[in-house]
Amino acid sequence: MTKSTYREAIRAALHEALANNPRTILLGEDVGRYGGAFACSRGLLEEFGPERIRDTPLSESAFVGAGIGAALNGLRPIVEVMTVNFSLLALDQIVNNAATLRHMSGGQVSVPLVIRMATGAGRRLAAQHSHSWEVWYAHVPGLRVLAPATITDARYMLGAALRELDPVVIFEHAMLYPSEGELDKLPEDFNIDRAAVRRPGRDISLITYGGSLPKALAAAAELASAGIEAEVIDLRSLRPLDMPTVLASVARTHRAVIVDEGWRTCSLAAEISAGIMEGAFYDLDAPVARICSAEVPIPYAGHLEDAALPQPARIVAAVQEVLAHHE
Amino acid sequence: MKAPTRNRPVSLADRQTALDRLEAMLLIRRFEEKCAELYSGGKIWGFLHLYIGEEAVAVGAMPAIRPEDAIVSTYREHGHALARGVPAGAIMAEMFGKANGCSRGRGGSMHLFDVSRRFYGGNAIVGGGLPLAVGLALADKLQQRPVVTVCLFGDGAVAEGEFHESLNLAALWQLPVLFLCENNLYAMGTALDRHQSQAKLHLKADGYGMEATAVDGMDVAAVEEEMGRAMDYVRTGKPLLLVAQTYRFRAHSMYDAELYRSKEEVEAWKKRDPILLWQARLRKLDWLRDEDLQALEARVAIQVQEAVEFAAAGAWEPVEQLLRDVTTPVQL
Ligand SMILES: Cc1ncc(C[n+]2csc(CCOP(=O)(O)OP(=O)(O)O)c2C)c(N)n1
Repeated sequence: MTKSTYREAIRAALHEALANNPRTILLGEDVGRYGGAFACSRGLLEEFGPERIRDTPLSESAFVGAGIGAALNGLRPIVEVMTVNFSLLALDQIVNNAATLRHMSGGQVSVPLVIRMATGAGRRLAAQHSHSWEVWYAHVPGLRVLAPATITDARYMLGAALRELDPVVIFEHAMLYPSEGELDKLPEDFNIDRAAVRRPGRDISLITYGGSLPKALAAAAELASAGIEAEVIDLRSLRPLDMPTVLASVARTHRAVIVDEGWRTCSLAAEISAGIMEGAFYDLDAPVARICSAEVPIPYAGHLEDAALPQPARIVAAVQEVLAHHE
Repeated sequence: MKAPTRNRPVSLADRQTALDRLEAMLLIRRFEEKCAELYSGGKIWGFLHLYIGEEAVAVGAMPAIRPEDAIVSTYREHGHALARGVPAGAIMAEMFGKANGCSRGRGGSMHLFDVSRRFYGGNAIVGGGLPLAVGLALADKLQQRPVVTVCLFGDGAVAEGEFHESLNLAALWQLPVLFLCENNLYAMGTALDRHQSQAKLHLKADGYGMEATAVDGMDVAAVEEEMGRAMDYVRTGKPLLLVAQTYRFRAHSMYDAELYRSKEEVEAWKKRDPILLWQARLRKLDWLRDEDLQALEARVAIQVQEAVEFAAAGAWEPVEQLLRDVTTPVQL
């Protein structure tokens, strides 16, 4: 095992993808000269050249669409959209082309495209730079949606995504880039279909993904010192959702709290909660609880932003409340 | 451009006007230098896009913009807001995230709003402000208000569909919008000639049947003159694209490795520092002596200091107020 940052793991994954397949290109704003807005592609231009590492103008719809066209026609592009907030300018291409062409053409074409983007809040960037729109993409049939939360997933999910035959959207939480941890070798059973138990526990299931995983783990550590063993589930894939892993956990713990940085209304947390209700209703000893972002455009001021987002203290309090529930 | 010509007070009309322009540029420069310092000191967070090097555009543009005209801006808007007369204290307080900030601490550096001065905010989605400007102008036109909307944006925005859609709409509907492009040659790390197939940006307007003109954005007098003509034209009820050639001296936001441009290039542009150019010009006219400059600097320093004090003294919004202003309260 070696140490790596999340950012270095993404960079290593990009490097490997480009080295392994000459038909893989990387395109996006500032991926070349600038080295990537989050420095994930530093040095790639120098190594792979401007034909394959393509700086694009600020034209999200056009370059994402171009990625789709190139994928239709023999390339394996990786498109980087700086952040999910700007992907809304390319939403039409993603949902009306990438996600539909296979079906609409009666199965004549596939769109083997990977779209990476940063997501999430926590950097004091105010509403237009801080939102978590993962759920919008997770809503769409035809897309696969991934959210690497660990260094190892940051390193290997891209390669797995590139082996898919259909479009994959990868969400990298912006707060995770500088995080450091152990980088495992490619696990033998590595796949992008399954959620992972990041911490086993018998008392309650904490179900989360992406940038909220460290918060859930921090809450679980704090709960452990009070004698409460929380099991932390990292969803990893947001579409399709690995409900069997979630339901198996709930069957063991009988209680669940979902932590999701999206807004509560029509959230991924809502979908998971409904799935638990459908699949584990009789296992539950208490209603499912959700910790989501406050229903407000994310504010700039630090204390307000912190208050708007899920935090370990709120997770701990929610767990205690759910545990206090008696039927 | 077929604009009516008439005599107007421009930057060089008299000594006082010339010194006012210098003071306005100095205020922006010193204010932002203070912001950078406060950012490093942890008082300001997030992104901080400095306008340093580009001051002549805002200062040269503003005299032709009347109080009743509207302004739509970008995330690099401290200079626009200051030149518009948004109080420096309210801007600084916004960057501190205080409740006495011009956007109540919700927006920060990228989202300065002061609708009492028809300053419709910094927009941080590149190109996001252009359609808004079209709509503001449409509403003014339909309500028979004889005013103009000035829309500021960078060269990077020209690549967005919203630029093209907005120019077309404004020309199609003959709306009084002045599209003011601040071409600083870079969109983050991407040089203009690497993001535009036609790098002469004013030529874009032709495709929409719109008049356009270009100006040296490092020369405050040139900007003021061109802007005056442009606004006269737009006041006849037609849109226009004005491209100001400028340069940002600092990183895109607070820090970047500047791998995309050479130190020599930056140094060469710094020789055309709009403030130094203007000073040299005024000295030649014998309108500026050392003691005049010292006096201006001293006045500006006090304004900046007062702004910091106003911000520091401001209250934090109570967390209980987190959900206010998501929607508009019903008027009883
Ligand atoms: C739609 C969108 N895409 C990408 C970004 C990220 N971004 C912020 S500023 C910027 C460069 C914009 O350059 P330009 O319009 O020339 O303005 P400047 O920063 O030079 O003033 C980029 C790529 C964004 N904010 N919005």
